[in-house]
This record gives sequence, structure tokens and C-alpha cells, in this order.
Amino acid sequence: MTRYLVRRAALLAGTLVLASVVLFLLLRLLPGDPANALLSVGATPDQVAAARHQIGTDRPLPAQFAHWIGQLATLHFGNSFVSSLPVGPEIVSRLSVTVPLTLAAFVLAVVVAVPVGFLAAHKSHTWYGALVGVVSQLGIAVPAFWLGLILVWIFALRLRTLPAGGFPPDGWSTPVDAVRALILPVVTVALVMAASLIRYVRSATLDVLGSDHLRTARALGSSFLGAMWRHGVRNAAVPVVSVLGVELATTFLGAVVIESVFALPGLGSMLVRGIAQHDYPVIQGVLFVSTFAVLVVGFLSDVAQRLIDPRLRASGGRR
Amino acid sequence: MKKQRIALLGAVVATAVALAACGSGGGSSAGSPAADSNAVVQIGSLYEPQNLDNTGGGGQGVTEAFNGNVYEGLFRLTDDGKVEPLLATGNTVSPDGLTYTFTLRDGVKFHSGKALTSADVKYSIEKVLAPDSKSARKSSFPEIKQISTPDPKTVTVTLATRSISFVYNLSYVWIVNDQAGSLASKEDGTGPYQLDGWKRGSTLTLKKFADYWGTPATNGGVVFHYFTDGSALDNALLTNAVDVVTTEQNPDALPQFADNPAYKVSDGKSTTKLLLAFNDRVAPFDKPQVRKAISSAIDNKKLLQSIWGDHGTLIGSMVPPTDPWYTDLTGVNPYNVDTAKSLLAQAGYPNGFSFTLDTPNYDPHPTVATFVKSELAKVGITVNINVITSDQWYTKVYQNKDFAATLQEHVNDRDVVWYGDPDFYWGYNNPQVTDWVKQAEQAPTEAQQTELLKKVNQQIAQDAASDWLYLYPQIVVARAEISGYPVNGLNSQFCAYGIKKG
Repeated sequence: MTRYLVRRAALLAGTLVLASVVLFLLLRLLPGDPANALLSVGATPDQVAAARHQIGTDRPLPAQFAHWIGQLATLHFGNSFVSSLPVGPEIVSRLSVTVPLTLAAFVLAVVVAVPVGFLAAHKSHTWYGALVGVVSQLGIAVPAFWLGLILVWIFALRLRTLPAGGFPPDGWSTPVDAVRALILPVVTVALVMAASLIRYVRSATLDVLGSDHLRTARALGSSFLGAMWRHGVRNAAVPVVSVLGVELATTFLGAVVIESVFALPGLGSMLVRGIAQHDYPVIQGVLFVSTFAVLVVGFLSDVAQRLIDPRLRASGGRR
Repeated sequence: MKKQRIALLGAVVATAVALAACGSGGGSSAGSPAADSNAVVQIGSLYEPQNLDNTGGGGQGVTEAFNGNVYEGLFRLTDDGKVEPLLATGNTVSPDGLTYTFTLRDGVKFHSGKALTSADVKYSIEKVLAPDSKSARKSSFPEIKQISTPDPKTVTVTLATRSISFVYNLSYVWIVNDQAGSLASKEDGTGPYQLDGWKRGSTLTLKKFADYWGTPATNGGVVFHYFTDGSALDNALLTNAVDVVTTEQNPDALPQFADNPAYKVSDGKSTTKLLLAFNDRVAPFDKPQVRKAISSAIDNKKLLQSIWGDHGTLIGSMVPPTDPWYTDLTGVNPYNVDTAKSLLAQAGYPNGFSFTLDTPNYDPHPTVATFVKSELAKVGITVNINVITSDQWYTKVYQNKDFAATLQEHVNDRDVVWYGDPDFYWGYNNPQVTDWVKQAEQAPTEAQQTELLKKVNQQIAQDAASDWLYLYPQIVVARAEISGYPVNGLNSQFCAYGIKKG
């Protein structure tokens, strides 16, 4: 297992380096000149050149890349072209919204989806199974922002129990306000995420329920739950965990629409602003951090699968 | 999307103006007797600052939050457009109109505790004019030969040419502490509030400055809440999370406030004009008859009504009613399809022609483009709508002037003078107008300046230099228990020190 961890960590590092090269180059392929974003009306070609020099986009690409990687190595993300403020602290500040939002929504989605999906498989031929199928299908079809607006309408505008949006000025120093601000966004993201998870849990469970070894276990006298616990859950968990990893990664940046609906200062809106302004350091910083997060989630999900499934751990076992 | 639009306007087209046009023009200025001077006012806005320095690309957002609140100028512009002394107690001008001497107010302190001196004023003006300055108004300033500080209370500025707008232009120069260093994420001004915190992407908090030289704010501080989505902002107002919205950009949202006694909707004065700008250099738009024909073929009234309902104004030229040289020119090129057709025939296009309309991809431009297309179809002109991003607009239209016609909003006041610049993107070239604009700037009196710019305004309307579709409304929505807020928000400033809550 140790060897596997080392190898898997090396793969993570390698992918990260490759990803930073790709994202750096892709960014430079975008049409438009970041220097324009900096200048006011009537800028002369000299001023444009000066602005390019100031932000360093007049230098050759390899030099720009080396500069950026050099900064990253010392955990600096550089300064925004547009605001001249450092990018790193803003990313940290926005992670304090995005990470709790993503993780809480994820946990809530799993807590809802696993039992519901399991039962839906177990009772697949009853009205309950059919209902879950229909509702989860609907949940996948509904756009997250629409669900968010509906929840705002009910809980903020009608019932007045929760804020419609925003994040407290003092952030987590006022934990009650911060938690209240995140409840509706978390529920919105969680419901959408749960809808697709339920279907994965259900189908994974159905596969296991139909398997020979489970039938044999029942035949040998195990109760349904006993057989399921000993022989079923692990098998069903492997595909679900890999889907979980993907879902978590998607939500991390995909929450941008939700951030806009709920006026949250998260990572997604920072990225959108950066792209609109051609602010390379901001875009690179956010994408680097999120790429890193996605890779770590993938890493954890792979490790979790190996822990769950001894077959993957078998000597030389590769997935 | 809306935010992006303003970012473009702030940075590029019309350039965010920092007028100190404050003073509580609006709301119910009667105020409530029960107003709580310690209450914190929650302000909702769509325009978050990029950074906190208006010479460093802070944009419209920092003007809104800081102008008059955190920073003050030597002069301020009142709501009705008059220039008043603020940090200067007055000024004298030499007979040749080139040398201005300003006397500074006594007892003014920066938030850091330092007393205001003439060196700070010199530093602040130079900061706006510096080569790396991104100040939107940099190009409006005349060439300055010299700034001298004979004593700590006196500043003398010598200009290379006469400039009637000089004092007006000074009203948006923030006076900053010359020792403050970078102001991108901090401030050191003389205003009634000082910065308490800025959580990027979310809120900016101002608290009262205890040692303020003037009348203290009538509230206990303000928090600006920033939104990227207009509906989210409206929801915040509906749930009392914010007390006032600096400018309502969502026409559909108005009825829910207008019909509710808990809120007050104020219609202020705007300077934002929506233009169908032709490239006057190229055929067929080099012919005034063609431009006039198009102006007459489009029913601006119907357009405005369909977008803003009963809000907004028709102007018929570049000058909004708040500029001193406004005259009503809506009659020069009135809506008349028959006139349009005969003008086209005169110009040699009896069967019309087709052109490409470069249309920014954010509201309201795509809607307007569709309307223009259907109106012009009635006179035989085919419009090909080409949707572009704000960035492409800047490069293609503004820089390279590679376009036939475009839609764009221009936010500034007093920006009719751009028609005097033949190199501006729309390429209107009338030497007479160029001359009048130049003379106006060097005019010895405001009366003469006004007279000349009125002529400019008339001439560009006669020539249909562009088609001025309409003037945006400026709508402030607030909870009924709030009073004393500015409603005109003339150039995106929002002075908060007169707001009463309670």
C-alpha cells in the first residue's frame, strides 16, 4: 500500500505540472490583450506598450511561465493585472466560502443519497422505487439556479427564516451569520448533487443484489441485511466512490452559478471576473488551486477504493 | 453580465467619472425625527471596486463607495451640477486665465492623523496625471506647466492653455496623503468615513471618522454589499438585508417596489446615453442624409417604452438635461418613416442598403439591435447583427475603428466634447465643431463656454453625427424608513453621509 501511495502521489505531482503548462498556454491563446483592461480612454500606443511591460506580457512565453512557476514554488500567486492586489490572499479568503459550501453540500448529498438510493434498489418493484426514480430524474433535470431561486422565494422572501444571499462582512468571525448564509446554497447544491448520486447508488446496489454471491449468501441462511453488509455494501461502494470524487470536483468550481444567485464571495465568481478582464494571474491562480483540489480529490477517491476493495490491493493490482 | 458592462464603461468607453456630486438630493430629505445616528446603513450595489485607487484602475465601484465618503476634492460638484469649494476655501485666477491659486481649509486631517498641507494637494494632482495613472479623467486635464506650494496652505497651478473646466475637473481629484504609498487596498483620505474592512467579492465597510473637519455623518457607518446578479440584489432589499440600492438596473423588478408602501422608488437624473454610433468615415454613413434617415426611421419612444416602461428620457443629442448646455433637440430628427425614405432616396439609396451592426453581448444591446433591425427593415435597410464581447468591442470598434455601426452606452456627463475629436471612434469630422469645442474649453467665461457647446450640440444633431436612442433612467430604490440618500447618482457616486435611518 505504501508503494502504491508513493506512486499515486508522484502521478498527482506529475499531472499537476502538466496541467499548469496546459492552462498557462491555453490562457495565452485567448483573443484579446490584457493591457487593454488596464487603460483608460484615449490610451496611446506608448501607454499600451508601457502597460504590457508593467504586467510582463511583453516577455517571451517561456520567461513568463518560469516567472509564474517560480512564484508558485514560494507559494505566491502574483498580483492581479487589473487591481494590482495579490491574488493569493483573495484565493484564501474565497476558499473560506467555497470549501465549506462544497464539503457541506457533499456530505449532505451523501447522507441523503445513500439510504434513499439503497432503499430504492431494495424496493425497486414498489411504488417507492418508482417514485425515487421519477423524483431523482426530475432533480437532474432542474437547473441549480432555478432550485436556488425557489428556495430563496420560500425561505427568505415568504417565511423570512433565512437570508436571501450575501456573506457576513466579518466572515467566520461571526459563525452564526456565516452558517445561516450558507444553509440555502448548501441545500441547493446538495439536492442537485443528491439527485444524480441516488441513481448511482441505486444502480450499483441493484447490480450487487442481482449477483450470484449474494444469492448464495442468502441461500446459506444470511438475513438480507446481514448478507448485504458482509458481501454487498463494499461491492456497491466502489463505483459510487469514484462518482463521488467526480461530483465533488465538479461542485468545487461549478458552484459559480449558485454563488451568483446567493451573492457569495466564492472561487467561481473570482474566476469569472478574472476571465472577463483577461487577468492572467487571477485565472492561473484560481485554476491552479482548483486543479490541485480536483487532483487531490481524485487521489483520495482512488485510495478509498483500494481500502474498500481488497482486489485492487492484490499484489501489482492496478485498476 | 451587468457588472461586466459597467466594468467596460468604467475602464474604457466613457471612463468612470468621479464627480463629487453629492449632497442629499433625494429620497425624502425631510428625514425621520427618530433617525438613529448610530445606525449602520446597508447599501446594495452591482459595482464592486477593482481596487481602492481611482488612479490605479479602481473603476466605477471605488468612485461610488469612496467619492465624498472617504476622499474629498478641493471642490465638489453639487447635485444640480454646480461646483462648490470643499477642501479649498476658494481660489483666484490670474487675468490671463492661466494661473490658479487655491487656499486650503484649516483643521483638515487625514484618517492617519496627519494634517492636510499644500504638498498633499500637489502630490494628488500629479498622481492623477502621472504616466502610469489609469485615471479616467486624465485626458480631460489641460497641460499643467507647474504646481507650486508657496506655503502649507496655498497651492498655485500654472496651465499651458486656458481651461474653463479646470476647477470642475478638480472636483474629481481625490486629495490623498502624500506619504500614504500604494492605495490599492487601503486609504488615507479626509472624508467623513474611513475604511473599516473590505471582503472582496462581498462587502466593503466604512466607519465614521472621529476627527472629521466638517459636519459628521448622520448615521453610524455604512456597509456596501456587492452583487453580481440583479435579482439577488432585489431579494436582499426585499428581505431588508440592504436598505438602499444605488441604482436599479432591472426594469422588471420595479413594480414589486413601486406597489409596496415599505419601499420608495426615486427617479433621478442620469447621464448615461444609449448610442447607435455610425462610423462617419465610411460609406454610406459618411452622408449626413443617410444618418438622418436612420435616426428618423427608428421610433425611439417605442424602444424606450419597451425596455424601461415609463422611465428614461428621449434626448435627441449627446447632451443630457443636467449638463449646462442642454437644449431639447428631440425635434431635429423626429420619428417619421416617410422622411426617412425620402432622405435615403436623396442620398442615392432609394432601395436601401445593408450594414453590419456590432452589438455588445450584454443587456440591453442585443434587444435594442433586434428592434433597430426591424425598424430599419421598414425603409429597406438590412441590418446584420454581429454580437461581440466588450473586449472585442474595445479592440475592433474603439481601437481599430473597423466597423460600420455599433451600439454603446456612454455614461459620462459633459462628454459632448468627444464630437470635437475627429480621431474618436465614431470619426465625426466637422472642423467647425472641432473649433467650437476648442474655443469652449478656452473660453473666458462659463456663459461663453455654454453658448459654444450649445452650438456644438445643435450642429451634431443637424448632422445626425450618431443616433442618440435614449437617456437611461437613474432609479434608486430604498426602504421607506431611510432618507437623505442621493438619487441622481450623476456619475456613479453615492454619498452616504447624509443618509438617515430609523
